[in-house]
Amino acid sequence: MTSNKTIQPTYTTDALDALEKAGLSRRTFLKGTGAMIVGFSTVSAAGLLSPGEAAAAGAPLQGSTDRRDQLDSWIAILHDGTILAYAGKSELGTGMFTVQSQLVAEYLEVPLSRVKLTICDTALCPDQGTTSGSQSHPTNFNHRNRSLMTAAATAFHELKNLAAAKFGVTVDDLVVVNGVIIVKNDATKNVTYGELVGGKVFNLQLDSSIKIKGPKEWKILGTSVPRYDIPDIVTGRLEYARDVRVPGMVYGQVVRPPRVDAKVVSVDESSVADIPGLVKVVVKNSFVGVVAEKRYQAIRASERLKVEWTQGLHLPNQATFYDWMLQQPRTNSRVADSLDVDEKLASAAKVIQATYLYPYNMHGSLGASAAVADVKENSATVWSPTQSVYGAQRSTLAVLLGIPQENIRVIWRMGSGCYGLNGADAVSFDAALLSQAVGRPVMVQLTRKDEMAWENYGTPYVHKNQLGLDAAGNIIAWDSESWTAGKGSRPSGGSPYNVVTGNLAGFEVPAFNPSTGPGNISTSTGNGSNHVPSYIAFVKANGRAYIGTVTSERITTHGIRSPFWTGPLRSPNRLQNTFAHECVIDEAAAYAKVDPVEYRLRHIIDDDPLTGVTNAGNSGVSGTRMKDCIKLAAEKFGWEHRASPKAGNPKTGVVTGQAMAACLYEGHNGYCAVAAEVEVNQDTGVVNILRMAIASDSGPVSNPNGIANQNEGGALQGMSRALGEEVTWDHEKITSIDWITYPTWKFSNGVPDISNHQINRTDGQPAKGSGEVSISVMAAVLANGIFDATGVRIREGHFSPAKVLAALKAS
Amino acid sequence: MSAISLKVNGRTYDLDVDPETPLLYVLTDDLALRGPKFGCGLGQCGACAVIIEGEAIRSCITPVSTAAGFQITTLEGLGSPENPHPIQKAFIDQQVFQCGTCSSGIIMTAKAFLDQNPKATKGEIEQALDSVICRCFVQYRAMNAISQYQGGLA
Ligand code: FES
Ligand code: FES
Repeated sequence: MTSNKTIQPTYTTDALDALEKAGLSRRTFLKGTGAMIVGFSTVSAAGLLSPGEAAAAGAPLQGSTDRRDQLDSWIAILHDGTILAYAGKSELGTGMFTVQSQLVAEYLEVPLSRVKLTICDTALCPDQGTTSGSQSHPTNFNHRNRSLMTAAATAFHELKNLAAAKFGVTVDDLVVVNGVIIVKNDATKNVTYGELVGGKVFNLQLDSSIKIKGPKEWKILGTSVPRYDIPDIVTGRLEYARDVRVPGMVYGQVVRPPRVDAKVVSVDESSVADIPGLVKVVVKNSFVGVVAEKRYQAIRASERLKVEWTQGLHLPNQATFYDWMLQQPRTNSRVADSLDVDEKLASAAKVIQATYLYPYNMHGSLGASAAVADVKENSATVWSPTQSVYGAQRSTLAVLLGIPQENIRVIWRMGSGCYGLNGADAVSFDAALLSQAVGRPVMVQLTRKDEMAWENYGTPYVHKNQLGLDAAGNIIAWDSESWTAGKGSRPSGGSPYNVVTGNLAGFEVPAFNPSTGPGNISTSTGNGSNHVPSYIAFVKANGRAYIGTVTSERITTHGIRSPFWTGPLRSPNRLQNTFAHECVIDEAAAYAKVDPVEYRLRHIIDDDPLTGVTNAGNSGVSGTRMKDCIKLAAEKFGWEHRASPKAGNPKTGVVTGQAMAACLYEGHNGYCAVAAEVEVNQDTGVVNILRMAIASDSGPVSNPNGIANQNEGGALQGMSRALGEEVTWDHEKITSIDWITYPTWKFSNGVPDISNHQINRTDGQPAKGSGEVSISVMAAVLANGIFDATGVRIREGHFSPAKVLAALKAS
Repeated sequence: MSAISLKVNGRTYDLDVDPETPLLYVLTDDLALRGPKFGCGLGQCGACAVIIEGEAIRSCITPVSTAAGFQITTLEGLGSPENPHPIQKAFIDQQVFQCGTCSSGIIMTAKAFLDQNPKATKGEIEQALDSVICRCFVQYRAMNAISQYQGGLA
């Protein structure tokens, strides 16, 4: 990805006005995003409890300083024993709402039904950043400061202390049953949580030094508690952002440019003057929208409004886009370099060279993004399906609207599954700008085309690998160089230009800043983008930081400016990197004529069998856990231990093969391996997965069924992306604008059989991510399966029938 | 604008709407129903599906005037959280959905098809759901729920 944080953004006068009004002098703002973030990471001025809840609890409203270290920001107990809990990780359809409720019930020792959780409302909930990157589990299910687990544990600890003092006993003399604290040898002495602290504030800091029970003792966590929201979903009761209704609400539609980077020249308002119900045509720089009393009137007006636009950007030819990427000004980043790679490659018995290509993918949420905003003179309320109520929404809305951020309330509401930065943030800005212009609450739902043509796509990749093998066929050197393209990202700390709406409204994207030299070798051991293959040692000052055997290593990455918006899409960069690494290691295994499972295992170092200490330095990353996943997936699948490709398959008709791919997500955040049976119709080019076994290790399993759903959905989504998803364009505009021009995998392709195997670590291992592990390996699974079945290696994602046929013909 | 009478989930509503308005907008905006959803507005995805006279139809491309007089059923009309229809119960039992935006598409289309073809094979059901999209990719679980419902039809 490009790194342009230090560049000073340029703004239109409108944008600068808005900044001033938001209470940010131009100078302060231009110092960079740091200054912004400090002010924004606060529990809101409205305090811990809503006025009603505060009254019920008899609790005072809380102040507006950063109170995430305060227990009262997380948990309040009412007289009747109800536990009000507040968290900042949202429900994206992954079941996090239910599992966070389980967490609170578990660590407060109360029945689940007593927990009332509120999530992601800036007036009520602590700022826990963005709900993304498989970070919800690591954030809230590890006992450390500012986690929901620590909040519940701190409250529980305090309740027992208060009860012990009340009865003149020690805490060891107490038992807790369903929210009642009882003196062990005198059950007449008992007190409920409500009686102890109902309605009072704790006034305590979170304390991560409190000893808490481990996953082995879980009774509520670790079980498949059904999701709270599914009965409401299947009966049409759940309120999504698009269902929010505010008195006086009207409907808005946006009019996006017809071409990439086109700007407004003029708007002819008379072209829609006769549309019944029209409230207003809104123009702010190149942001254009219409507002009407009814949705259909707004849609008609948006279709009919005459706008003259500039021509915009001349787009690079898609047919030669990957070559174009290599010729652009770029940033250089040296992630790792042992400085002996060229030498080792020169002495290798064999060098495997392979270039892997991956296209732009889109989130392509099924529901077009929708939001409701009610913007008043100097305050605003926005109901948004955002992943980030504070950063992406509140702080950015302040800049966009020129309203102090403490006067802005953002309330999360369920949206369509987003898988990252879909249109949710942009449409929330659309609704807010339109509401501000008309002085009434406005609902906006994007059209399918506006959703698809202007979202922040997953990034394309060119990925060159050179592997040096010794005479025995083992890897002795790995050289990996990649190029990707970026523009924009998740808005945060007041960067409205990161998505289309902010840019159209006048906030310019900072200029791209190419590197001038090769850059220094990074000292970081982080592998958040999975640039580093699992099979190398990643040698750093303090030793190996990774689980692989290969110590001769060079990892170089480049960023270029994308012509289109880009942003996080489920397993961003990690999926593309894993595609390249997990394919090229299969190529090496095939060259060495070794079973691909065995070949992977022999390039990963086990933890010390006696001490259990991992061989990956201080990183805590375990080679044994990675190997366990690979072995488990292979075993459950019924893996045939043999070299690839499969012998004896005919060159025509339908053939099948087996495939394996694995990944250590983000270098530390969850282990996963998938083994699959892949079917290729060599006459039509159609590829299918017939069955697959998924093995994953995300530490202690909080809700087995929830994680299974993530693993299954991730695997099928990864398969869909690899089997035919590719954003397309012509010389001036995006041409992937609906489900015909951006095909998705469907029921009618044949639903594969999936078996799911979770390794539950209850031995004190930290909780890891699980939302993005299985999706990361699927492109490689398909490419490896096509190779095993046909002997043809396809290095360019995706594997649509046309591309597969062409590759088979060329072989 | 014109007067239109709509029969939705067993009730009759007298409305004054533009007769060309897609049925979906009338259901969601005028009647405040949450089951049918806007996915594409193009008839490609099924998110807006409702059952009219036993057939799953796409309300986003159906002018409200053509639906007047017919019995229209949305997810709300099939059952409630307390008393779900057997197909809804199957989707709860199997914990199918992630975001649920596809819930009308999958449930309504599968129900209409299976009620007419109770003995359909897995392949036939997959074909019947051809243009029903789920982007959270719950298709594997959805097939399990559909087969649970189908089992109850026998
Ligand atoms: S919204 Fe009607 S078919 Fe997509
Ligand atoms: S569950 Fe999200 S689209 Fe199907």
